[in-house]
Amino acid sequence: MSYTIAEKILKEHSNLKEISPGQFINSDIDLIMVHEQLGGRVHIEYEKLGIDYVWDPDKIFFILDHWVPPPTISSARMHQDARKFAEKYKFTNNYGYQLDKGICHQVLPEMGFARPGMLIVGSDSHTTTYGAFNCLSTGIGATDVSVVFATGKMWFKVPESFKINLSGTLDKGVMSKDFILTLIGDISTKGAIYKSLEFHGNGAQRLSIDSRMTVANMVVEAGAKFGVFLPDKKLKDWLEKRTEKQYSKVLPDEDAEYEKEFHYNLSEITPVVAKPSNPGNIANIEDVEGYKIDQAFLGSCTNGRMEDLRIAAKILNGKKINSNTRMIVTPASKEIYLHALREGLIETFLSAGAVVTNSTCGACIGGHLGVLGPKDVCISSTNRNFIGRMGDPSSEVFLASPATVAASALNGKITDPREVL
Amino acid sequence: MDKIIGDLYILGDNINTDDIVPSHSLTIRDSNEMAKHTLEYIDPKFIKKVTKNTIILAGENFGTGSSREEAVNVFKLLGIKAIVAKSFARIYYRNLINKGIPAIILEWKEGDFSDGDSVEISLMNGTILNKVSNLIVTFSKLPSFIATILEEGGILNQLKKTLNTKN
Ligand code: SF4
Repeated sequence: MSYTIAEKILKEHSNLKEISPGQFINSDIDLIMVHEQLGGRVHIEYEKLGIDYVWDPDKIFFILDHWVPPPTISSARMHQDARKFAEKYKFTNNYGYQLDKGICHQVLPEMGFARPGMLIVGSDSHTTTYGAFNCLSTGIGATDVSVVFATGKMWFKVPESFKINLSGTLDKGVMSKDFILTLIGDISTKGAIYKSLEFHGNGAQRLSIDSRMTVANMVVEAGAKFGVFLPDKKLKDWLEKRTEKQYSKVLPDEDAEYEKEFHYNLSEITPVVAKPSNPGNIANIEDVEGYKIDQAFLGSCTNGRMEDLRIAAKILNGKKINSNTRMIVTPASKEIYLHALREGLIETFLSAGAVVTNSTCGACIGGHLGVLGPKDVCISSTNRNFIGRMGDPSSEVFLASPATVAASALNGKITDPREVL
Repeated sequence: MDKIIGDLYILGDNINTDDIVPSHSLTIRDSNEMAKHTLEYIDPKFIKKVTKNTIILAGENFGTGSSREEAVNVFKLLGIKAIVAKSFARIYYRNLINKGIPAIILEWKEGDFSDGDSVEISLMNGTILNKVSNLIVTFSKLPSFIATILEEGGILNQLKKTLNTKN
């Protein structure tokens, strides 16, 4: 039998001799990430089981990030519930008190917890992000979390895979965000439901780890279960700095079967946005240029990394953002924040008139630190623009690359970043 | 659990988890209070219209978005008997099954059903009968793996049993 990456990793974790798409399997989980959901729902579900242990306290990664530091009494209580649970069950990797760390999907890989060949689940749909590290990872709800906490196993339906071949190199001012938005627009937000997307080719290898994380982060917006990259030297170098743990990289078999194949030449990708209120509602930048914005948001697990802050700072360096626009910058983690501080990027943002916040989900979820008011228009580097996602239901969110966000902040209206770079 | 009888409430394509439970209500501790916000941006009257007899019929990609299980819980609390859709988002489908709510994938078209129609679903036969027009639409029967979880009333009930047998 020949296998895709998803099939290989699932087979490896299910103690089966053979595996095929559509099959229901029970797989061993290597790591589970859990955030505010622990205090929101999981603890209620878990207590119903009436057991006084978790299967393996070393394999649980617990962090608080959505409402950090808590802006309301109710979120503070949610945090208390979560911390109590983590202490009761003696989680080893308990970051419930370290509110400085940052967004789960950034911090977990930074700490070397996502490695090739692993099977990771998390209480958050963007857990797919770790696919950038040649592992399988996906989001689950509170009940699934409880099952994994109790047994270390979870049921899966083996997915079919799509092969996405990438060639070429992104042009100046064009980012991997533009590619993944283009893909979602092409196949639609239901185009990959239940599928595993495998990113192949020289084009994929030319993408930085930061860029790959953006792509893997957003595969779920096309409905995918996994989005996974092949291992290479860039990944090896990245992991070397983060972990001493051993891993074995996973390559697909040459004659593995894919349900569909797609080809994208990255040099043909141009800046795009997702118009309200669906991440698949894609338009070329030319079609929306000049649309007035009230807020520009740069941050989130999609695009709050060094590469993102660097290009935005390059665009804003020595300039002022439009006087009728507010800009919010949220580095995805403290590590990134410190790095950006040392490189002088934070000073650039502050001098340009942006607000720089601590590392949190914050504005992305309309929780705090930049909530939109009625009819506000926001250009955002995040991954979802559903009705009311970032605030009032009458507000409008355009999803775009960090370059487009910065260029638009400068002009107070949606702007093609290639014009200002 | 074979026959499910109820009245339809119809929704469109791409109803997402933020539509079902808006982010702003996620930190509400009391689940019944949270449930009052269900679908408030899509239909502010939903909460008034829904009864213990309601079956939801939706279009493509139902439940797309976040992993928040609240988006399933609120329907469970409101007494929704089943959700029928042309397709479901992956996490949402899992959450429904895990919670013991039948999730039925049905290719239906405009004109097959209207809001409020009484229907009878047979999980065993894979059919939905529109009792108003007598139209019968068929769907692929649930895989036995999924059917078993539903029979048990959700995956935690199933798990409790195995935990008990171990002890
Ligand atoms: S930054 Fe936004 S998308 Fe990412 S985990 Fe936080 S709320 Fe979710």
